[in-house]
Formats: sequence, structure tokens, C-alpha cells
Amino acid sequence: MLAEKLIALRERLIEMSSLVEAMIEKSVRGLETKNNEMLLEVMEKHEPLVNNLEIELDEQCINLIALYQPKAKDARQILIVSKMIGELERIGDHAVNIAQAAQFLIARPEVKPLVDIPRMALLAIEMLRNSINAFIQEDIDLAQSILLKDDEVDRLRDYVMRDLIAYMSADPSTIERGVELIRVAANLERAADLSTNICEAVIYMVQGRVVKHHYEERHPNK
Amino acid sequence: MESTILKSENLCAFYGDQEVLKGITLDIYEKRLTAIMGPSGCGKSTFIRCLNRMHEMIPGARVVNKVYLKGEDIFAMEPTLLRRRIGMVFQRPNPFPTMTIYDNVIAGYKLNGLHLKKTEFDRIVEESLRKAALWQEVKDLLYKKGTFLSGGQQQRLCIARALAMNPEVLLLDEPTSALDPKASASIEALMEELKKSVTICLVTHNIAQASRVSDYTAFIYLGELVEFNTTEKIFTVPKDKRTEEYLVGKFG
Amino acid sequence: MKEHIVWRQTKNRIFQGLVYVLSFAALIPLFWILYQVFYLGLRFINWDFLTHLPKPTGELGGGISNAVVGTIMLVGMAFVMAVPLGVTTGIYLSQNRHSRLSNMTRLAMDVLQGVPAVVIGIVAYVWVVKTFNQFSAFSGSVALAIMMLPIVVRGTEEVVKAIPDYLYEASGALGVPFYRTILKVIIPAGLPGIISGVLLAVSRIAGETAPLLFTAFGNRFMEWNPLKAVNSLPLLIFNNAMSPYEDLQQIAWGASVVLIILVLGSNILARLIVKKWKVQF
Repeated sequence: MLAEKLIALRERLIEMSSLVEAMIEKSVRGLETKNNEMLLEVMEKHEPLVNNLEIELDEQCINLIALYQPKAKDARQILIVSKMIGELERIGDHAVNIAQAAQFLIARPEVKPLVDIPRMALLAIEMLRNSINAFIQEDIDLAQSILLKDDEVDRLRDYVMRDLIAYMSADPSTIERGVELIRVAANLERAADLSTNICEAVIYMVQGRVVKHHYEERHPNK
Repeated sequence: MESTILKSENLCAFYGDQEVLKGITLDIYEKRLTAIMGPSGCGKSTFIRCLNRMHEMIPGARVVNKVYLKGEDIFAMEPTLLRRRIGMVFQRPNPFPTMTIYDNVIAGYKLNGLHLKKTEFDRIVEESLRKAALWQEVKDLLYKKGTFLSGGQQQRLCIARALAMNPEVLLLDEPTSALDPKASASIEALMEELKKSVTICLVTHNIAQASRVSDYTAFIYLGELVEFNTTEKIFTVPKDKRTEEYLVGKFG
Repeated sequence: MKEHIVWRQTKNRIFQGLVYVLSFAALIPLFWILYQVFYLGLRFINWDFLTHLPKPTGELGGGISNAVVGTIMLVGMAFVMAVPLGVTTGIYLSQNRHSRLSNMTRLAMDVLQGVPAVVIGIVAYVWVVKTFNQFSAFSGSVALAIMMLPIVVRGTEEVVKAIPDYLYEASGALGVPFYRTILKVIIPAGLPGIISGVLLAVSRIAGETAPLLFTAFGNRFMEWNPLKAVNSLPLLIFNNAMSPYEDLQQIAWGASVVLIILVLGSNILARLIVKKWKVQF
């Protein structure tokens, strides 16, 4: 019946998110440890899997709607899962972008020791994992806390950019590498953003409240 | 790969001169629940009654072409033997009012004069009532007449009665139409369990019910089989425009 | 406006009152008869009365035992002749609504029910008494059976017709052949109604006098042989009531009480059976 099918759907979603997590982690570690195999794994093995999962889970969502006409929380849950599938797939795409930039970078000498980017990666992965946890445990407080964490990631990205701009203006030969590094940071920041989208969706699912786009501030009556 | 247990070939049915079924060819797969849906008067009840030759109880009803049960032509079989292999449960719960619950379950044996030992009957009664999810509620009341049971319980008794004959196929003709929502839900849960051990063919005018419980769905309209496919496909990507309109609610 | 309403309400009440009074009035004959008979006859009833033979004219005392035995014999044999035939015919009619045979049968039963009892008696006389050259309980039973038949047939037909189709369906779906469905599902379901119909027929014939005048004929003595003439309660009442002797008249009153108890009793029993034994569909 519907309850069992929803549980199965959630489990597949967890699989997908674990895979995407691994992709981010491996793409940054591959950069850190200059491991090309790891980067190739991300692009050639994991990405197709994620794409297949997206298609499969989308189909399951429409099946559940057509066959079981879910109501209330069940309906919101399926809608949210459908959105999360999209967000996860996009996070996967960002991981691939990072891997591609990393491939370019590891073939060349380092511009500077990597400190902030790995820190951003850790944060982004943590936010993704917690957003999925918030979904499973229907934990709104956790979701809210992740929304706040996003500020830290944004600040780190700004810092990385300023830092690299300083390096590039000092030494023009580092511009190509610098730009790729900025690209990595930007993708990590986008990945973190997408995790916050997931958290907003979780809050809607649990409480029926819309928190995105500062909706509540603009519609104090609703 | 699905194996077909019951199959109709170009089945046409007439009430007098009126053609009610216009050449239905349909495969019912073993150990699956096939739902037959369609608007009122489309012929779905007529069709299911042809499957165990119950249409012969209606004067003026006749049928052209074949139906096969595991390859055997059902019109060449003894009707009473056929109906022991294909059981039926009706829209209105109809336990025999003069018999106790115990006797109702084994009515198929007793009324046919098939005698077994008491211990054997006891076993059949318990097993059938368990399969029909009714044992716990009536095990101390077996020797009372069944008419005090609620509608849902009576219907489960009728299901137990049909199951006691160990049929290969169970035909259900709108089994929940006369029941309240709670009883309907319990029968639906029962059907999900039962389909693991017996092939079920369900006629329903409740589209949501068909989508919830069935593995395969057939849509019959104006005596024709419009579409037949897995339930998922029918409800997400129906091929025929009439199916789509029916699901969306344009008619019926 | 208000007066108009008051007038209408008054009219209503007058009408209501009229209905009550007339309904009550319809009960009066029954209660009067019962009162009359019980008042005049009850005192004579005792064990001797029921178990002794009538005494020769002139002697006091005596009883109605031969009449009781005769009535039981007559009703019993009529029962055996009419009930199986009537019930099966009734079942046949309920299953065949429109065939020519069933239409003719129904017509025949309706006509038969209207034939005067005395005419049936004469016919039985010609068929049985003349043939065997002997008055007998048997001939009386034949007449009574003919009278019972339409009631049993129609009663059975109505009861079985009222049995819902879904019982036939349920039985058919279990692979039960039709005749077994009738025997083991339909008849048991209709049994209370059928029994009640039979009892009503019995109560109808128990008090019939006219046909017995030329068939059973009557007997002053106890007769156990059904092929001979026997006495019966209605005959005894008829004969004794017309006699000039007071003690015979008293016996007639006593016998009337017994007969009424028998007739009324089976009537009431019939209704009780239907009520208590009601089969829920």
C-alpha cells in the first residue's frame, strides 16, 4: 500500500543523495591528492548512475500520484521528493564541473596550498547530508540551522575569490589556474545553495509553511 | 513472464437480441489481480459472469466463442465442476441465512453432497476463515447463524466460502460497492494478501480502487475492450483517448 | 383564517374517531362468538368429555372422543394428500412465472378456491363413495384435501417468490445444481412461510361440515378404520345442535369450544411461527 511505497521511495532517495555526496567528496579529494582516477570515476561512473536514478525516481513519483491519489502530508512529501530529485541531480552536475576543473588543475603546479576550498567542500557535504537527514527525520530545527550555515559558505567563497584575485593580479601566469579554482569554489557554493533549497522544501513538507523567497515576510497573514 | 490462467477469445454475449459484449479477447494472468473497470452498463459484470458461466442463470442470455481455463474450453466442462474451480463473490454479501457460520464456509461441500470427515471440515473452515481475515472475530461464534455479522464481515464470510473450495481463480463482482469505507478498506487489504495465493479478477466501478490494488487493468466501454495493460501504464500513460477521458472523469 | 383551521382539525379528529370505532366494531363479532361459545361450552369440558364416547340418547354424560379421533384422521389424511402436492406445485409456480402450464395452474387454483365446499363434497361423493360403495374417512379427506390445495399452493408460491435472487446466485456460484439449490437452500429459507401456509390451510378445513355430510357421513361409535364412516367435530355439532335433547345440545357446545380452539390455535400458531422463526435476508 501507499505507506510501504513511500518508504521505498525515501530509501532510493537516500541512495541518490549518498551517491551525490560521494561525488562532491571525491571530486575535491581528487583535486587535493591529484588523483585522476578518482576524478574520472566521478565523471564516468557516478554521473550516469545519478542520471538514471533521477529518471527512475521521477517515474515512481508519478506512479504514486496516479495510483494512490495521496493526500495532505503524503502529497506534499511526494512533491518535495520530486523537487529533491532535481536538486540532487544538479548538485551532481556541479560535482562533475568541479571534477573537470580539477582535471585541469592537477596537471599543473599549485597556485597556493588548498585550505579554504576543502573547508567549503566539507561544509557543503555536511549541509547536504543534514538536509537529507532533516527530510528523513522531519526535523525542522535541523533544517533551519542548515539555512543559516549557508552564510558561512557564501563568505568563504567571497574570501577565496578575493584571495585568488590578489594572486592573479600579482602574477598573470596564474590567471588560468586561478580562474579554474574560482570555478571550483563557485560550484561548491551553488551545491550548498541547492542544499538550502532542500531544507526549505522539508520545512514546507512538515509544516505546510512556505519559507522560500521570504514569503512569510511579504505575506504576514498567511 | 506472466502465465495466462484464464483467457477469453473474441467473446460475444447477447441478452436476447441485444449485443452486450462485442468480441472481448483478454488474458487473465496467474496469481495476479486483474481489475476490469468501466462505466455502468458497459458490460463488465456480464463479462465476469461469462467466465464461470453464471450468465446461464439469466434467461435469454447466450454467448458466442470461447473461454479457456488453463487451456480447457469452459463451455465443454460440466458447469458445476467449472464453478468449483472458479469461485465468485458478489456485490451484495449473501451468506445463507439458514446456516451457521461454520456451515456457510463449507456450504460448497455440503450443498453438493461432498462428504469429508469432521476434522477435515474443521481444518477447511479454520483455514478459509484465516485467509479471509475473519477467524479471530468469529472463532467462538462458529455455530451461530451468520446474519448478525456486519456487512464487511459478511462479505469476508462469502470470500471464505469461495476460498474453501480451493478455486484456481476468484472472481469478485464489485465486492465493496455495498460496504462502508472502513469495510471496503479491509476487503482491499484482504485482496492484496489473497492475490499471492489465488488469481483474482475484480470488477469495479471505483477507479481509485482499481488503481490501488490491481496489477493489471482492463477498460471496457460499450461492450468493447478498449485497453488492457499493467495498472501503472494505464493510469500514467493510457494509450486510448477513451481511457484517458474515463480516468479524468469526462464520463461514467 | 383561524376558524378554517379549527374546522379542518375537527374534521380530522372526527375522521380518526370514525376509523377507530369502525375497526373496533369489526372485532365485535369475533369476540362475541368466542364469548358465547366459551360461556356456553367451557363448563362441559373435562377429561371424560374428551375421552368417552357419546352415550345413547337419553342417557346423561358421554363425550366426543370419536369425533376428536375422526377429525384428527380426516385432517391428517388430507394433510398427507394435499401438502406434498401443494408445496411442490407452489415451488414449480414460483420458478416458472410465465409458462403456459403455470398460468393455467394458477387460474385453476384460483377457481378451485372459489368452488363451494358442499359442491366439492358432492364431487367426492361421486368419485369415492359411489366407487367403493361406502362412506369413509378417506373420501372426506379427499374433499378436504381438494379444499386445502389452493391455499397451500398459493401460499408456497408467494413465500418462495419472495426469496431473493441472490441466494440462487450464491448457490449457483458454488457449483450447486438447481434441484439441490431448491431442496437445500430455498426450501429451508422459505420453511417458516410454507409451514404457516399449511397451518392456515389446516385451520380452514378443520371446521368444514358440508363436504363431510356425504363423505365421512358420521358415526355414533369409535371407528379407527379410515375406509369406514367416521364421526368428526363439525358433524357432531351439526347433528347435536339440531336435536331436541338438551344434553346433546350441551355436548354440541362443548364440541364447539374444542373445534374453535383447534382452528384458532393453528391460526395463531401459524402467525407465531412466521414471527419467531423469521429468516433474515
